[in-house]
Parts: sequence; structure tokens; C-alpha cells
Amino acid sequence: MANKSVWSDNRFWRRTATWVTGFASVLLIWLTFDTSAQIAMGNDQDLQNKVTKRVPGPTVINYKITYEMSAKRGHEIPVIGEKEKFFGRDDYSEEEAGALLHLGKLGSQAKNCMDCHTLLGNGAYFAPDLTKAWLDPAWGPDGAMQALTGKNTKEEAMAEFLMHPDQYPTHARMMPDLGITAKEAKGLVAFLKHMSSIDTNGFPRNFGKIKGAVHGK
Amino acid sequence: MASKYLTGVGSESKQLATWYFTFAAILFGAQLLFGLVAAIQYVMPGFLYGVLDFSIARIIHINALVVWMVFAMFGSVYWLLPDETGIETVGIKIGKLLFWIFAAAIVVVVLVYLFIQVGPADATTIWFVTEGREYIEAPRWADWGIVVVALGFVGNLFLTGMKGEQTGIVTVLMADMIAFAGLYLAGMFFTDNISVDQYWWWWVIHLWVEATWEVFVGAIAAYGLITMIGAHRKVVEMWLWIEVAMLFGSGILGLGHHYFWIGTPEYWWEIGALFSALEPLPLVAMFIHVLYDWGKTQGAEMAREGVTEDNVKSVITNRPAFTWFVLNAFGNFLGAGIWGFFHTLPQVNLYTHGTQFTSAHGHLAFFGAYATILVGMMYIAVQGTNGIKVMKHTKASLWAVSMITGGVVGMTVALTIAGYVQVLVSRAQMGATWAGYFDGQSGMWFSQAMDWRLIMGVVTFIGFIFLAKDLLTTGKNPVHER
Repeated sequence: MANKSVWSDNRFWRRTATWVTGFASVLLIWLTFDTSAQIAMGNDQDLQNKVTKRVPGPTVINYKITYEMSAKRGHEIPVIGEKEKFFGRDDYSEEEAGALLHLGKLGSQAKNCMDCHTLLGNGAYFAPDLTKAWLDPAWGPDGAMQALTGKNTKEEAMAEFLMHPDQYPTHARMMPDLGITAKEAKGLVAFLKHMSSIDTNGFPRNFGKIKGAVHGK
Repeated sequence: MASKYLTGVGSESKQLATWYFTFAAILFGAQLLFGLVAAIQYVMPGFLYGVLDFSIARIIHINALVVWMVFAMFGSVYWLLPDETGIETVGIKIGKLLFWIFAAAIVVVVLVYLFIQVGPADATTIWFVTEGREYIEAPRWADWGIVVVALGFVGNLFLTGMKGEQTGIVTVLMADMIAFAGLYLAGMFFTDNISVDQYWWWWVIHLWVEATWEVFVGAIAAYGLITMIGAHRKVVEMWLWIEVAMLFGSGILGLGHHYFWIGTPEYWWEIGALFSALEPLPLVAMFIHVLYDWGKTQGAEMAREGVTEDNVKSVITNRPAFTWFVLNAFGNFLGAGIWGFFHTLPQVNLYTHGTQFTSAHGHLAFFGAYATILVGMMYIAVQGTNGIKVMKHTKASLWAVSMITGGVVGMTVALTIAGYVQVLVSRAQMGATWAGYFDGQSGMWFSQAMDWRLIMGVVTFIGFIFLAKDLLTTGKNPVHER
């Protein structure tokens, strides 16, 4: 055995495998604690005190959200601004907003949204990404969707579309009618608005900013 | 011990393995069929609109993929356990009972996907219709069923491994399968916080396919090399431990490449980039390992006394299975390694995340890394069950391997081109909006790519028909040496 190299010794490699795996796992668990604290949902106090959270509390639906270039971060981040009415109100309590978000998140799963769309970039690629859908110019005052659905606000246009997607085709590929009720639609729009306020490290890049060279701008 | 490899007759564990393989092959067919439906819907958006929408076709396409692979993995373990440990699998009766529970549960889940599809936004839907979390949509009741079945399977494996001879392969499988089963628990809760949701969801998806499943493949490849070409166990197992170190060393923290954009902190950019960039290395190692051992044993055979160029025999005792194993070595490296590395760096991923690029990578990686080797294991089972000494290719087995591989590579190329169009037009140029998305989708290059994807999907499906025919009939074919 004296001449046998450790490099061709199975026991050496078994121990290496065990130590490497153990070390990687411990590091992952340690990082998980740090990340979990950083992505825990904020609350209404944070929003009132302008404390920035990576995932703001549900009452973020009471505020205007924009997506702006941060010189410090080098990419765009969601910016929570002044109060903004959401379905006619800007005073949703923590409980009310939380219930809406809960309904919306449940709805997003019960309707299999992720099997056509992407949320935070994850899901299927058959339909547009919804990460910042709330901020999409198409739903804004200058976009086509408010006129198409005959509604005067972004949230009402979105809710109307979600309830009757087959009546408002934007492409040959149409969203099917998923039996979404008015209540569920309101929850889903709250869920989308909340999602747009999540700090996604600049994804998607340049969202809604570039008109594109094809349009000569 | 060598003779035991060649027969599955009389072993209940091997019989159970064939059940698992059979059900896996059926689900493989379902996967391809529903994939075709989804592919047609890209080309003809009205196809089955409102009846079997894209979302449902895609759920079944991918769920069938995951489940057939899990079935074939369980089958592979039940197949090799008696060979490795030298004893009949402990608790095999319970294992058999669990198979039927598992299979029945899958049928119910698929029927509910097909005919109920969606439900109201409440907990009942999550428990009984769909959990709506990509790839693991199975409702919560089925989750618990899967946990019970997986525990039974792990129990079989551990009790047998501890009672019989505990080889390196069995040790790796024991450690790997307990992690595999345990990780599923990370996907079984509901939260309103989508960032937290996706954080844990990736523990299931990534730590399965980029860590535990890959280690599983390493163990199966080791078993295959020993049984099919008579590679030296000590060498093979040393490679296996090196692969485990490299796979877990890169794969566990490589998880970070899914945490670039889901709300998680920026440090995941560096961690994810570094470790996921290392992920191809073990795949290169596995590739070299398979070809090296093959060349080495064949070379030793040629160097034997009295062996000349004219009378030299191949060391391969199962041609079709070995073909699939070698394809695995290539496909794993190419599909998981290269196509994965393409878009793993955050600078690139910022634009490619959530495009057909991912889909191209997914197709080649799942085929290359998993489908190939699991089909190879099915051939090993056919050989063993029919008492064949040296198994040859048939016309059908050659058509199957050529058409399936050609089809999947074709789909991958098409989807990669579609991904480029999406990245350039929808993302870089148009700023990722709804309008930008459809601008990209309407482009000529995108739609041509989708046409080719469909054509190549049909080629793959025809290949599957050859495969099914061959697996069912080749066992009785007189061409093999018995």
C-alpha cells in the first residue's frame, strides 16, 4: 500500500465528496437565512415611513409605483411615490390589502397563470411577462387597453380584461376565459400591482422605456 | 456476480422495475403528445382554444416528463438493487403496493388537469385541482401521496442497502435519494409573497434537476459501465465520487442563478454566476469518464492473447442501451452544460431570462441528461427480463434513437433561434412590454422557428413510436445472443 497515491484512493474521494457537499449545503442554508430576512414582506408602517423593502407590504396598492433608473444601483428599481387611488380608494387597511393580495396570489395559482405567462420571469413563454405588467404603458392613459375595454382607470381595464379576455384580443394568440369573477379579478390586479413594486434587481431591463428602432425613435 | 446481471427472472425487485419502466414509457408518450398540442398552438393559435388551452397542454407536457422520469428512476433503482446488494429488495411487497397507489394517483391528477383545469381562487383548488406552481402543479393531496410513496421507496432502498452489500453506487444512491425525496417538501406550502414562493420553489426544481438528478445519473452510468462493458468497479466508483463532489460542489450553490431577478439580494449574482458557471465541469468529467472507460476496456480486450483485428469482439453486451448511455454523456454535456452556460451569467440572463432560450436549454438538457440514460435502463431491463447475453440493435432501435435524437436537436436549434429573436426584439429593442412581446412573436424568424419546432416535434414522436415498438418486441427477437 505504501506506493499507492491518495489521488486514486476511493476513500479520499468519498470524503472529499462528503465535505464539499456539506460545505455547500451549510453555505446555502446560511445564505437562506439572510435572504429570507431580506425578502420578508414589509408592512404599512414601512410604507408610511418610506422604508424601502425588497418586497413591500400589501398596502403598496395605495401608492403610485414607477420604475426608475437608479444611478447608485446601475439599473431600474421600483419607486413608491404619492398616494394613488386603486378601484376608487387609497386607504386600504393592512387587513383589506392583505386579503386582496391573498386572493390574487391564490387566483394566480388556481388559474395556472404561470403556464402561459412568466411571473418574475419564471413560467411559460406563450404570453407576455407579468412582472411589471402594472407599469405597462399599454394599460396607461395613452395605451390601447383602457379604450378597448371601455374603462377609465388602469385597474378597471385590467380587471375587465381578466374577466373577459376572449372579448379583447390583442393578438391571434388569445387568453382563454378562465371563469375569473369580479372579486377574483380585483385580487389579481392587486397581486399584479404588488408584484410590480418588488425590487427585481433591474429585471426586466428598460421596461416600457424603449419605443424601439423599428418605430424610428 | 456477473451472471446475475443478465437475468431478471425470479427477482421481485426486477419485476417491479419493469412495471415502473412500462408506466414511465406510457407517460413518455403522453409527454410527447401534449408537447405536440402545445407546439401546434404556437403555429395555429386557435387549435383547441377553450377546450385544451396551451396552459393545460403544457402542464401535462411537463408534468408527464417529470413523472415519467421519476418512475424510470425508481424503476432503475429497483432494477439494480439486487445486482448491487446481492439480495432481494427488502419490503418489496410494500414497494409493489406503492407502485399501484402512485400510478393511480397520477391518472387521477391527469384527468383532473384535463377536465377540471382551473378552479376558483381558494384553498380547495390548491388542494384538489391545481397548485398552479410551474412544473409541480399537482394538487396538495397528490403532494402528500408522492411523499408517502417516496418514503416507501427510500425505505426499500435503505433497508436493502444496509442489509446487503453496500457498494459505492448504492451508498451514493442512498444519500442522493433521501435528498431527492426531502427536497420535495420545499414545494408544498402556500405564501402570499411570490418572492418567498419562488425562492423555495427553486429548491425543488433546481436542487432536483441540477443536483440530485445529476448525481443519480452518475450512479446509473457507473452501474451501466460495469454491467454493459465490464468496466472495473473500483475505477468506476472512484469517478463516481469525484463526480458527486463536483456536481454537488457546483450544483448546490449554482441554485443562485435562479435568484438573480425574483426579489432576492444582489449577492446572488456573484454566487449564482460563479457556481453555475462551474456546473458544466462535472458533465465534461462524466463524458470523458464514459468514453475513457469504454476505450480502456475495449483496448484491454484487443490486447488479449490470440485476439486480432479480425476476430476481436465488442465488449458491449447491450448495444441499444449502450448507445443511449453514450448519447447521455454527449447530451448531458451539450444540453445541460453548454446550453445552460449560454445564459447563466447575469449580464446575459437579464435579457434571456423567461424567453425561448430557456425552453431550448430545457429540451436538450432533459433529453440529454435524463431521457437518454433512462431509456438505456429500459433496454437493460428488456435484456435482463428475456435472458439475453448480448443484445443487438434492431432496425426499430436504430430508427428510434436516430429520430428521437435528431428531433430533439432540431427542436433545440429552432427554439434557440426563436430565443434570439425574443431577446433582440422583445427584450433589448422593445423593453419587454406586452406590445414588445407580441412584436417579437410576430416576427418572421420567430414564426419560422416555431414551424420547425413543430416539424421536429413530429419527428421525435415518430421516433418514440419506433422506440415503443422496439421495447415491446425486441426481447423475443432471435437476433440477440442468448
